[in-house]
Amino acid sequence: MSNRDWPLWEVFIRSKQGLNHKHVGSLRAPDATLALANARDVYTRRSEGISIWVIESNNVHASDPTESDSMFEPSDTKVYRHPTFYDVPDGIKHM
Amino acid sequence: MFPTELNTCKMKNEALYNYVLRLGDDSLILGQRLGEWCGHGPILEEDIAMTNISLDLIGQAMSLLDYAGELDGQGKDHDALAFLRFENEYRNALLVEQLNGDFANTMMRQFLFDAFRKPLYEKLTASSDVQIAAIAEKSLKETRYHLKHTSEWIIRLGDGTDESHQRAQKALDLLWRYTDELFSETEQDLKLISLGIVPSMSEIKDQWSKTVMSVLEEATLVIPTNNWQFEGGRRGIHSEHFGYLLSDLQYMQRAYPNMKW
Repeated sequence: MSNRDWPLWEVFIRSKQGLNHKHVGSLRAPDATLALANARDVYTRRSEGISIWVIESNNVHASDPTESDSMFEPSDTKVYRHPTFYDVPDGIKHM
Repeated sequence: MFPTELNTCKMKNEALYNYVLRLGDDSLILGQRLGEWCGHGPILEEDIAMTNISLDLIGQAMSLLDYAGELDGQGKDHDALAFLRFENEYRNALLVEQLNGDFANTMMRQFLFDAFRKPLYEKLTASSDVQIAAIAEKSLKETRYHLKHTSEWIIRLGDGTDESHQRAQKALDLLWRYTDELFSETEQDLKLISLGIVPSMSEIKDQWSKTVMSVLEEATLVIPTNNWQFEGGRRGIHSEHFGYLLSDLQYMQRAYPNMKW
């Protein structure tokens, strides 16, 4: 990427109070202020959000997809890690 | 009502009609101009930003022109006023009808206008006319954002690369001559000011100057000196670009009268 290109930013939107910011997409902008402005214009024009985070994509460290076998498969066989082996007594609400 | 009271009321309505029509026409014509960028923005993000602002302005124009039609009392709605007047019946300032030019020119035109509209709407929220106050309150939120957006851009373009600085300065040199007209006042306006319906333009100009000076200074741009100030739009005398804009704006209603979609 040459210096003339604007960096890429990842955009996270909180859709309402109490929910997490969720990744919604990316965009280009010369700096953080304009990245927020662009995110507002591109991703919240249909009232999708009440808060925005932008993070320069360079700062995101991602897991390597070629290592996904060793990263994620081992947990597939460990069903006991889900709390499904307990009997819930009758009469317990909100479970 | 006594005849004199009736007369005063009629005069007030006529004065207010003219005032609201000017506000509505400024929003309508600038919204139409910005809309021309749709699909042509320098980057996708800014293309959307400009059309968002355009839609905000056209929304404001709808409320303002509806109210103007109500004051006029001849059963005209916003469509009738937007699409079915002749060139010399539009009262927008010359600034807003100027060509888009390059991106710097469009941002400069928008910045000079937003810096005027924000203090105006702020004052109008306290208008003794409840409808104006309500429209101003809703529009102010949008306008604050527009001004923030354009200020950021003017600073970055002016204090950016050599080329962006030169283009922003050229835009300022070209558009500065249309700024005085924004603050013109008619005899009728003075009446509205005395009734507490609208603010005096001298207050608005003070605030406008403060905003403009501070942003331009940060942007390292210089206000042109010895610049003749143009006016005419407020009296229905427009620049040569205006007819072309109207033919785009009015085409459908003229070709297919009363069409809806």
